[in-house]
Amino acid sequence: MDVATTLGWLAAILMLIGAFFTFVGGLGALRMPDFYTRMHAASLTDSAGPIFILIGLMLISETWLVAIKVFTILVFLLITGPTASNALASASLLAGNKPGLANDQSEAE
Amino acid sequence: MVEILNIFIMLMLVITALAMVSSRHLFVTVMLSGIFSLLIAASFLLLDAADVALTEAAVGAGISTVLFLGALALMDVEETTRGVRRIRMVSLIVVAVTTIFIVHATFYMPAFGDINAPIHQHVAPWYIQHVPIHMDIPNIVTGILGSYRGYDTLGEVFVVFTAGIGVLSILGDPIKNRQHRPAHNRGLRHYLIPRLVGRMLIPFIILFGLYVQFHGEYSPGGGFQAGALVAAAIILYALLEGEDKALQVIPMRVLYIMMASGALLYGGVGVAALLMGGNFLDYSVLASTPVAGQQWGILLIEMGVGLTVTGVLITIFHAFAARSNL
Repeated sequence: MDVATTLGWLAAILMLIGAFFTFVGGLGALRMPDFYTRMHAASLTDSAGPIFILIGLMLISETWLVAIKVFTILVFLLITGPTASNALASASLLAGNKPGLANDQSEAE
Repeated sequence: MVEILNIFIMLMLVITALAMVSSRHLFVTVMLSGIFSLLIAASFLLLDAADVALTEAAVGAGISTVLFLGALALMDVEETTRGVRRIRMVSLIVVAVTTIFIVHATFYMPAFGDINAPIHQHVAPWYIQHVPIHMDIPNIVTGILGSYRGYDTLGEVFVVFTAGIGVLSILGDPIKNRQHRPAHNRGLRHYLIPRLVGRMLIPFIILFGLYVQFHGEYSPGGGFQAGALVAAAIILYALLEGEDKALQVIPMRVLYIMMASGALLYGGVGVAALLMGGNFLDYSVLASTPVAGQQWGILLIEMGVGLTVTGVLITIFHAFAARSNL
């Protein structure tokens, strides 16, 4: 196998891992019992998924310029995603939405 | 593969639209409309219409959502329903018949991507052939919007300008409304993480806006998208640091001047072309050679578009924010 094919396979594997994380995040957002656990699932995998997918895309970029652009997108996603999740959770807490699993299981929806 | 993605996005669009109609909670509807815009932007991108996709993502998914949320702060989040929701037969029949007509009409349209479709036979080849000769810029879309269809774009700028005036005349002068309320508006100044990240991001957003503005002749972009991006940066600043700080950065007076001067600059370029012996908005006469004249004209009118769009969007945001307790 030459370098390009190897990189292609590597990229495919990385993107599949990323897709898996994104899928798990979606599943978690649907199935978790309360707001905070749902957001936990969605926000964690929202960072993990793009890391793998975008690194995979960087590996198969045709030029360096494209790879650097994808890398910049990754950096911005890694900064803004957790910030948005943090702001959302904080806003929910300020609005008086208590974590359902904090004291007992019965309050969970 | 692209076909499958297209169909998937179309299905998602229908689902989102149905959800928007059936939702009684306006906050949910606003969020769904943001998702709708993002989906349709993705669809535009798949159709290789990067310029439109950029506009839709910046304006539809970004700014509109923020402005809708600002409007929601002024009113109830629940839609009022008048009694029992019953199906109105007349409306149902009208909608059904219209749908049948539209679906029927689509069978007469050329197939997707058909090279023999009328749109690929009339002006499109002419544009593709003449943009390099007339103005020598790589982005044909900018050439069409800025020069060949300069009248349309002028109209759009005046529509945006009128919308700004309309919102101001309904909601009132933000400065006067602001004075009636105690100065409690601090934004998110107590909350460190978004402030720090915002402080880091805002310069990059403005830089990207300027890139989109001045690189519009070479890559997707132009005044509308750049205006939305710069306005987004300022609105983010206002949300994080408080309205008062944002009004110190760009006071209302400056915003009014921006709104008007952008439209004036656009119209002024047209009048200048008239005075220099050409037709209205015919940029060829503006410089020593027609090609340079076209390039100067497009650059200037795009600046006008950018100024007006930025001014109007920020003004509308301030107008909503001054009335509500954001």
